[in-house]
Amino acid sequence: MILNQALYFRRRLVNAVFITLSIGAALFGLVWLAFILGALLKDGISAMSISLFTEITPPPGSAGGLLNAIFGSVVMSLGAVLIGTPIGIFAGTYLAEYARHGKLAFVVRFVNDILLSGPSIVTGLFIYELVVRPMHSFSAIAGTLALAVIVIPVVVRTTENMLLLVPNGLREAASALGAPQNHVIRAVTWKAARAGMITGVLLAVARISGETAPLLFTALGNNSMSMDITKPMASLPTVIFQFAISPFPDWHTLAWGGALLITATVLVLSIAARILENQKRT
Amino acid sequence: MLRRLRLSDTVFRILTRSAALAVLALLGGVIFALFAGAWPALQKFGIGFITTETWNPVTETFGGIAPIYGTIVTSIIAMVIAVPIGLMIALFLTELCPPSLRRPIGIAIELLAGIPSIIYGIWGLFVFAPWFQLHVQEPVIEALDGVPLLGTLFGGNAYGIGTFTAGLILSIMILPFISAVTRDVLETVPSVLKEASYGLGATSWEVMWKVCLPYCSTGVVGGAMLALGRALGETMAVTFVIGNAHRIAPSLFAPGTSISATIANEFTEATTEIYTSSLIELGLILFFITFIVLSCAQLMLMRLERAKGK
Repeated sequence: MILNQALYFRRRLVNAVFITLSIGAALFGLVWLAFILGALLKDGISAMSISLFTEITPPPGSAGGLLNAIFGSVVMSLGAVLIGTPIGIFAGTYLAEYARHGKLAFVVRFVNDILLSGPSIVTGLFIYELVVRPMHSFSAIAGTLALAVIVIPVVVRTTENMLLLVPNGLREAASALGAPQNHVIRAVTWKAARAGMITGVLLAVARISGETAPLLFTALGNNSMSMDITKPMASLPTVIFQFAISPFPDWHTLAWGGALLITATVLVLSIAARILENQKRT
Repeated sequence: MLRRLRLSDTVFRILTRSAALAVLALLGGVIFALFAGAWPALQKFGIGFITTETWNPVTETFGGIAPIYGTIVTSIIAMVIAVPIGLMIALFLTELCPPSLRRPIGIAIELLAGIPSIIYGIWGLFVFAPWFQLHVQEPVIEALDGVPLLGTLFGGNAYGIGTFTAGLILSIMILPFISAVTRDVLETVPSVLKEASYGLGATSWEVMWKVCLPYCSTGVVGGAMLALGRALGETMAVTFVIGNAHRIAPSLFAPGTSISATIANEFTEATTEIYTSSLIELGLILFFITFIVLSCAQLMLMRLERAKGK
């Protein structure tokens, strides 16, 4: 009996230690989040001003803004979504509607998941070899394509997942009415999964708006306002990188401003995606 | 009319199929482009590339062991910190946390995953590194001075930036991945199993450690490897804080470099063909390491999926 008491006590002690450690672990995660967001708000808000959105990146020592970088980021992200989304949606549709259990689908799924988590800097090298080297120039086109390569796997994955959630009864009912398969897909399954597919695109935009590595040696960056897509173009992440590692305090301030802008964009997009997803469920 | 419908069906089918093939072509293209770009360096340095430490653009001799070492060491540091903590967070969220707090805490941890890596970079450089230098590195170096092994591993000067700082920031970045995957697989544990063990008088810890984790160990390992794949390829967060020094230092606090940091820092400065090519060869090596790690992760998670299907 005494032995049992000792054993019981030890088990309870181990359990208490475990619970404390678990709570500690959760706090650990939350503390970092607070630490990062706190610093971002503190340094980012003090960098906010109207000129941030109306002036272009300055030479060291003078005032300026991030207009050209914001413009470049928007243009290249839009381009990437326009190129990547159709390919992603079609590929996802193929996986979910045509080849669900086929061998090809298995391989495509496998490769897609590797592209999804693979290193984005390698994407930059790929586009450098594919576009920049033959064109003999860094360009906004190359940056757009690099981002599109990142968009595709995200959209493929969410599209497939969302289409798989559509009940088969819907497809069967439409087919029974005599609709050809492509009508069934476009008018019934796509419509039923629309909210989820839009979520996927939003998540893809959130993902690429902070991507830096694939832009460094494709779009390069540009300290003047350029609308020519065959020339190097600035983007928020590359400007942040360039300015943050420089020794100039003015540039650091601008980098923090850009960092806050990017984080705010990503958070807004993620929240929008989450709301859309919840709406679909209810 | 019927023929037109049939034609549109065929066209649509071919369209979706070619999009799926395009995904395969992307991977093929990446491998081909990296090989093509790395070819001059592969020819010139051969296998010696991965055993040499020299990285000298002036004499055009390049060896990749320092960045490869940096990539692996920072990832190991990140895994050592993030795996146990990520597991604990997942256990906390599934079993211990009061239901009303579950969602907010879960979302907050997921937010960590949503923050772009460049934000981790700029924060690491301006906020975390100075704090870490003053409040952790200096006391630790002082305390461990003269202790064998540990004194070397955590010795030298406190720079703030360095290999250990990079690993630590990486661990914060991959923490949410590990806890998210673990949470998902923990939810596949049938509640009958848990209820039965609680019914036998087991404590929460015993149910978790001896019932739930063994039940879904494949999934947990798969999730951890997925996170490892991310850590290996992470670029911006590491580039800011690793110090970019092409040497293998005995101390973890010393500046180092990683494959991705080397490429990010030097690619646009590389003026000669062989310099660019060596950087691309580093990219090729990184790609193969992550490819293997991610493939293993996929296979393990797939096995779990199949078990769930049954």
